[in-house]
Amino acid sequence: MDPMALVTPAIGLVFWTSVVFILLIFILKKFAWKPILDSVDKRNKNIEDALQSAEKAKKEMENLTADNEKILAEAKAQRDLILKEAREMKESLIKDAKEKATSEAEKIMDDTREQIHNQKMKAITELKNQVADLSIEIAEKIIKSELKDKQAQKKLVVDAMQDKHLN
Amino acid sequence: MTHNKNKLAALIFLFLCPLVSFSGDPKPLKEGEIYNPVPAIMHHIADSHEWHLWGEGKNSVSIPLPLILFCDGKLDVFFSSKFHHGKKNVKIEDREYALDHGHLIEVNNKEFVDLSITKNVASMLLSVLVLLLLFVGAARKSNKDKAPKGLLSFLEPLILFVRDDIVKPNIGHGYKKYVPYLLTLFFFILVNNLLGLIPAAANLTGNIAVTLVLSFITLIVTNLSGNKTYWEHIFNPPGVPLALMPIMIPIEIVGIFTKPFALMIRLFANISAGHIIIMSLISLIFMAQSGLGNAGAFGVAPVSVLFVLFMYFIEVLVAFLQAYIFTLLTSLFIGLATVEHH
Repeated sequence: MDPMALVTPAIGLVFWTSVVFILLIFILKKFAWKPILDSVDKRNKNIEDALQSAEKAKKEMENLTADNEKILAEAKAQRDLILKEAREMKESLIKDAKEKATSEAEKIMDDTREQIHNQKMKAITELKNQVADLSIEIAEKIIKSELKDKQAQKKLVVDAMQDKHLN
Repeated sequence: MTHNKNKLAALIFLFLCPLVSFSGDPKPLKEGEIYNPVPAIMHHIADSHEWHLWGEGKNSVSIPLPLILFCDGKLDVFFSSKFHHGKKNVKIEDREYALDHGHLIEVNNKEFVDLSITKNVASMLLSVLVLLLLFVGAARKSNKDKAPKGLLSFLEPLILFVRDDIVKPNIGHGYKKYVPYLLTLFFFILVNNLLGLIPAAANLTGNIAVTLVLSFITLIVTNLSGNKTYWEHIFNPPGVPLALMPIMIPIEIVGIFTKPFALMIRLFANISAGHIIIMSLISLIFMAQSGLGNAGAFGVAPVSVLFVLFMYFIEVLVAFLQAYIFTLLTSLFIGLATVEHH
């Protein structure tokens, strides 16, 4: 075999290689590279979008959590406020009730005391009157019995005169 | 010019295969003669009009391939089986074709154009079939909503490697319109490199005609993409004194052609060399047998097989590497021709 044959391009092979290779470029471009690369690029875009929306969702979740915490804090504050108010109201109610009860009791006591005093005064007056009546009666009886004796009458007058010393 | 080309070719050839001698058909060895592996190796490296599978002479089994010949303005089409492995001539009207040691001739020295489906063309068509089955099949399953599965999960990273790590960084802006061409180039070379490693297969990417076409397309694409800066660098190299222009401009013009020329030689030489080394290592067994007898053959065979196995791994690596380098350099040349500012 001629050694030059190895490095001498054969026209037939040049022709077929050109035809086949150029056709191959166009066929593969249309039926292989374009669909494959398109789907790869689209998939990459999808993945990127998915990652982005996940990131967005995460942020939204964070915001939501923050909101929730805020709402919770507000609710707590409100609860505390309500409780505080309630407590204050209770205290004031109790205080008022106590005051009212005390004043009522004092009033009742005062009334009672006054009544007792009045009753007492009435009783004392009555007693005085009865004592006076009794005294007059007793005195009448005593005088009646005393005046039976002349001597004793005289002495009584003297004593009475002596007692009314001056005035 | 032709003389120089032949000289260069001879140089390459001598470098690749220093023990070359060119005998014809294998003859029975004489007493004390050592087996000469060169014809068998050359036969394997070269293109052929039939696809030889196994066997020698009468027992050889081969696939007949169609011959398509233009002679005297007439088209002759017939199958290579009509030659009976070179033993018979084929006569059509006044044209008589013959196979002389696998080389097609016209007996009456008439000029003819040989557009036959040779072993290499058949192998190339086979590789096209493989490429279409692989990639069109994969493309039909590509889906933007799902992760790639099966074949596509293997091919997609390769495709993306070529696009994102070879084409994109080397061409830069505007790389997209070159992607289909460069992807096809990469996988065409890769598949043919790998197909060539199958026993009894053709040596397509180790054929100068194929690498010539591929590098010629690189040349055309590069220069058609060349922008103003590119041509300015060639015809008005910046910073070069006027006196040096007559030297620099021819150098730059030669440079346009040397880059694809290097691509052509690199792929051809690498793939052919791989085939030659593997064939030579196998031939060692036969050489040992003819020199030392059967004992010698049995002694050499394990070593030879181990080396061949090792070379096969290297060749698989080379198959990927050369496809990568060819695509990378083509991208680089296009990138250099389209770059906007220096």
